[in-house]
Amino acid sequence: MSNSQTTPGIVPARLPGEQIARNFADLHAPYDAHEARVAADRCYFCHDAPCMTACPTSIDIPLFIRQIATGTPEAAARTIFEQNILGGMCARVCPTETLCEEACVREAAEGKPVEIGRLQRHATDALMARNVHPFTRAEPTGKTVAVVGAGPAGLACAHRLAMKGHDVTLYDMRAKPGGLNEFGIAAYKSTDNFAQAEVDWLLRIGGITLETGKGLGQGLDLNDLQQAFDAVFLGIGLAGVNALRAEGEDMGGVSNAVDFIAELRQSADLTGLPVGRNVVVIGGGMTAVDAAVQSRLLGAETVTIAYRRGQSRMGASTFEQDLAASKGVRIMANVRPVAVHGAGAAAEIELEYTTEEGDRLVGTGETLRLRADQVFKAIGQTLEGAPEGIQIEGGKIKVWDAGRTSLPGVWAGGDCAGGGEDLTVTAVAEGRDAAEDIHKVLMG
Amino acid sequence: MADLTTDFLGITSPNPFWLASAPPTDKEYNVRRAFEAGWGGVVWKTLGSEGPPVVNVNGPRYGAVWGADRRLLGLNNIELITDRDLFTNLEEITRVKKDYPDRALIVSLMVPCDEASWKAILPLVEETGADGIELNFGCPHGMAERGMGSAVGQVPEYITMVTEWCKTYYSKPVIVKLTPNITDIRHPARAAHAGKCDAVSLINTINSITSVNLDMLCPEPMIDGKGTHGGYCGPAVKPIALNMVAEIARDPDTRGLPISAIGGVTTWRDAAEFMVMGAGNVQVCTAAMTYGFKVVQEMISGLSQWMDEKGYAATSDFIGKGVPNVTDWQYLNLNYVTKARINQDDCIKCGRCFAACEDTSHQAIAMSDDRTFTVIEEECVACNLCVNVCPVEGCIDMVELDKGAVDPRTGETVGDYANWTTHPNNPSKVAAE
Ligand SMILES: Cc1cc2nc3c(=O)[nH]c(=O)nc-3n(C[C@H](O)[C@H](O)[C@H](O)COP(=O)(O)OP(=O)(O)OC[C@H]3O[C@@H](n4cnc5c(N)ncnc54)[C@H](O)[C@@H]3O)c2cc1C
Ligand SMILES: Cc1cc2nc3c(=O)[nH]c(=O)nc-3n(C[C@H](O)[C@H](O)[C@H](O)COP(=O)(O)O)c2cc1C
Ligand code: SF4
Ligand code: SF4
Ligand code: SF4
Repeated sequence: MSNSQTTPGIVPARLPGEQIARNFADLHAPYDAHEARVAADRCYFCHDAPCMTACPTSIDIPLFIRQIATGTPEAAARTIFEQNILGGMCARVCPTETLCEEACVREAAEGKPVEIGRLQRHATDALMARNVHPFTRAEPTGKTVAVVGAGPAGLACAHRLAMKGHDVTLYDMRAKPGGLNEFGIAAYKSTDNFAQAEVDWLLRIGGITLETGKGLGQGLDLNDLQQAFDAVFLGIGLAGVNALRAEGEDMGGVSNAVDFIAELRQSADLTGLPVGRNVVVIGGGMTAVDAAVQSRLLGAETVTIAYRRGQSRMGASTFEQDLAASKGVRIMANVRPVAVHGAGAAAEIELEYTTEEGDRLVGTGETLRLRADQVFKAIGQTLEGAPEGIQIEGGKIKVWDAGRTSLPGVWAGGDCAGGGEDLTVTAVAEGRDAAEDIHKVLMG
Repeated sequence: MADLTTDFLGITSPNPFWLASAPPTDKEYNVRRAFEAGWGGVVWKTLGSEGPPVVNVNGPRYGAVWGADRRLLGLNNIELITDRDLFTNLEEITRVKKDYPDRALIVSLMVPCDEASWKAILPLVEETGADGIELNFGCPHGMAERGMGSAVGQVPEYITMVTEWCKTYYSKPVIVKLTPNITDIRHPARAAHAGKCDAVSLINTINSITSVNLDMLCPEPMIDGKGTHGGYCGPAVKPIALNMVAEIARDPDTRGLPISAIGGVTTWRDAAEFMVMGAGNVQVCTAAMTYGFKVVQEMISGLSQWMDEKGYAATSDFIGKGVPNVTDWQYLNLNYVTKARINQDDCIKCGRCFAACEDTSHQAIAMSDDRTFTVIEEECVACNLCVNVCPVEGCIDMVELDKGAVDPRTGETVGDYANWTTHPNNPSKVAAE
């Protein structure tokens, strides 16, 4: 078998194994100790630091950076974990260019922020390498909480509750915990099986019983949980996907970007993962970029992101867009899919140019065709499996204050809940805050 | 282009940058290469008396203080004077001086504090053809315990005595190198002056422990689990040296006494500052030990550019020109009133000025909800702390109040020059005429 980038169809091993391995190496290589100190020295230790305000989990950034600068990255890690127990993953996946680093005063001053994300990784790696868990549980409270969904929101919630002395049962319908950390995040952001290692490390707090393969509508019922536990937290993410509503959508070669990414993340050997020669990704968010970039890294000859509005409105940050461009992904804006053509399997995609009239998107009638033996749909995920009777607003579970839902004793957070951006770090913040609120309510 | 030629005690050198007596000048090989690299002169590594030379430790002899990117800020050493044979050194000195007649070559000496020892070595040095001698009264470690180095430099009477011997038994210029490990640098300088020295040079290294090993609980550098104080030098000591040079330059007892400035000279700017404060030239050790002999090229180009920009044709045009501007606190104008002013266009809103002023100064900076920082003139005492902690150069100005204006803090009108000596709060004020 000797496939190449120009082999037609959807085939594996378009590139030699070593090149694929290189392509999927760490996007931002870790600092060594000296680099970290130099990077840390750039921090001004701002008063009431703007970076800290911009972090959804409000990590004390100037403090942890100073702890790195003075040679105690482990203490820095503790500062981080106190606010964000998934600080290790967030260091890798946060779009820092739109969060802390965008707010950094050195970004304003010279367009070169303190590299907070990489410093955060340096600190958290240092502590996790010591193979210790930095927190201990409070005295048992005798209270029990069911946490449904073991993604970032559920994990953060479960950890904080366990730390407070409650007994937590953590359910997930998938066979593995981690949520999108395990099945969604781009492989070059979470290398070396970090997502699972992080979950294992997090669970060492104790008091959390993990039950995988069990979910709401999958052997679990909210009423039963409410009966059996003192409180319930829902962190079930967005398990559904939007449909394209274009002709030929069911054709072979057309699939959901999230499924492709999940398969990629779970494949032990990336040279065995098939990818098209000409890939077209429909969408404009982080998922679209990740699917496109990873297709290129696997060896697709051409990869195009087709986004229906103007490029400035893409959900993916400028950094993500630049990353895609640097990997040879072409971004086409103002085009929308009309049909997928092919004899049984996709061969071409037909796109129509669009303009925006005010906020309304209208087709111009002019179309073009691109070669496409593989088409990925990345036009958004949807809430699926939310329990009956819970109030939904804007396609998400409606929440008040720290994640209280319309049902008594039921909290929600993360992507499945309203408010906040759909980001790992936001999910962590919401899970943590819900845990604090649950604790407050349970302890009265 | 400006002429950097310097005449120091009648010894001319193509530029004012000399290498101080230290490892860079320890042997012929080094000194030849230093001259080729462009150094104007050298003070040869200190020689001791005839006989078996001293020995150095065989473990680490330097300790250091670094900035974040391992920039060397301060160096500490426990090295002694030359550990090479006296006659080998003298032969090398003779050869080098012959080959480099246009460069300054000074021989540093440290022998026991008795007339015979000095009488013995001085003719040998005279024979080498070197341009002068420097008396090492400075080394704070190793030699001091043997009654030499700073043990002499700390007793003014000894300084005078040894200087006199040298002036008696040696015909060329005698420079006395002072130790900073004293309370008032003017006393040893006056003593050297009394002994008729031709110049003083300063500073030698400062007693120091640079760091403590927290595993071994031992000072560093560590020799088999023990450490000792060493001599501190490099950029960190420059402010101390600068003050000592200025003190001697403006002391009526030693006014006009030539000074060779040493201590933390790392760039052309440091050299210019020392010379403005009264030094006829500078000596460099740590900068050369950190970056190699080539650094002198930057010192030469920087100094000549600055001289050209200022219109100084020769170094004598600016040497000592700042000395009249060094005064005592009591003569500072108390009617010079300034206020900090933050330039909002330059401000990056880090809040450091606020934290500093609010927590540790005069609560004179206001912070708004949108992080606009402004100075409250009613509170500002013009201490300059905000300027010093602000990461943006030039972002905060100190603006002078015009004469006749009212200082919103004190409610008083800014008047003519007036200092503490006549201030009403001064119990020993002199009556105004
Ligand atoms: C491809 C992709 C790339 C992304 N890249 C980034 C990135 O780089 N940076 C970033 O910050 N964010 C990124 N995100 C967003 C981020 O992954 C999510 O915001 C975050 O994972 C949300 O966490 P969560 O816990 O709410 O949900 P999820 O991570 O989705 O976890 C939900 C968990 O609930 C389980 N579950 C679902 N339904 C049920 C049920 N009925 N019963 C029981 N369990 C259930 C799921 O199996 C899953 O484990 C990306 C998302 C995608 C799709
Ligand atoms: C390793 C070392 C050895 C030194 N040895 C001598 C010496 O033998 N004689 C002497 O007069 N000064 C000696 N000094 C002091 C230097 O000449 C100089 O006065 C001091 O280092 C300050 O200058 P700097 O800051 O440019 O280094 C030594 C300094 C160092 C670092
Ligand atoms: S804004 Fe930038 S410089 Fe200021 S504390 Fe945060 S990281 Fe440091
Ligand atoms: S000069 Fe001193 S008192 Fe005035 S604002 Fe600055 S820090 Fe405060
Ligand atoms: S320290 Fe300087 S940059 Fe920072 S807020 Fe104050 S004036 Fe602005």
